[in-house]
Amino acid sequence: MDNAITERITQEISENDVVLFMKGTPVFPQCGFSATVVQVLSHLKVKFKGIDVLQDPGLRQGIKEFSSWPTIPQLYVKGEFFGGCDIVREMFQSGELQQALSEKGLTAEAVE
Amino acid sequence: MPMNPADIEGLIKAALPDAQVTIEDLRGDGDHYAAYVVSNAFKGKTRVQQHQLVYQALQGRMGNELHALALQTSAPAEA
Repeated sequence: MDNAITERITQEISENDVVLFMKGTPVFPQCGFSATVVQVLSHLKVKFKGIDVLQDPGLRQGIKEFSSWPTIPQLYVKGEFFGGCDIVREMFQSGELQQALSEKGLTAEAVE
Repeated sequence: MPMNPADIEGLIKAALPDAQVTIEDLRGDGDHYAAYVVSNAFKGKTRVQQHQLVYQALQGRMGNELHALALQTSAPAEA
């Protein structure tokens, strides 16, 4: 994989607490799976940076290799790979996601 | 290129022989599946690691021939 892409990914996930590599943007997701993760994060009032992999074929392929994960979307929290749409949804439904995010001080709920 | 459910199950079982695999064709179009996989190989692993094992079993088909496979994985419940 291209070093510049590895560096860019490493930089994004270290500079931003919550990063979602997705198809489309948070306002206009281009794929149902990406939209689901955006909905969950928005519902939890989590601030996140959405990165549209459709704008960059190198990044689209690179993030799959970086995470050893074949699909988009991919959620990173504090530099840690959390999973794709299925895992985010499952963790949200079981309450694990809310717990993990509030332990890291990343949800609005944690402040309320 | 759609895949048929038997092929998906076969690939998963080839890599995880003890796996109990249930596959649902979500839209009846041979392109959107959900798979429930239970295997001892998942014990002590995170969900990310469990899903990675299934993706490895699918040998690069996920995201290519196999457009959508909603995954749910777990280790067998303790008796």
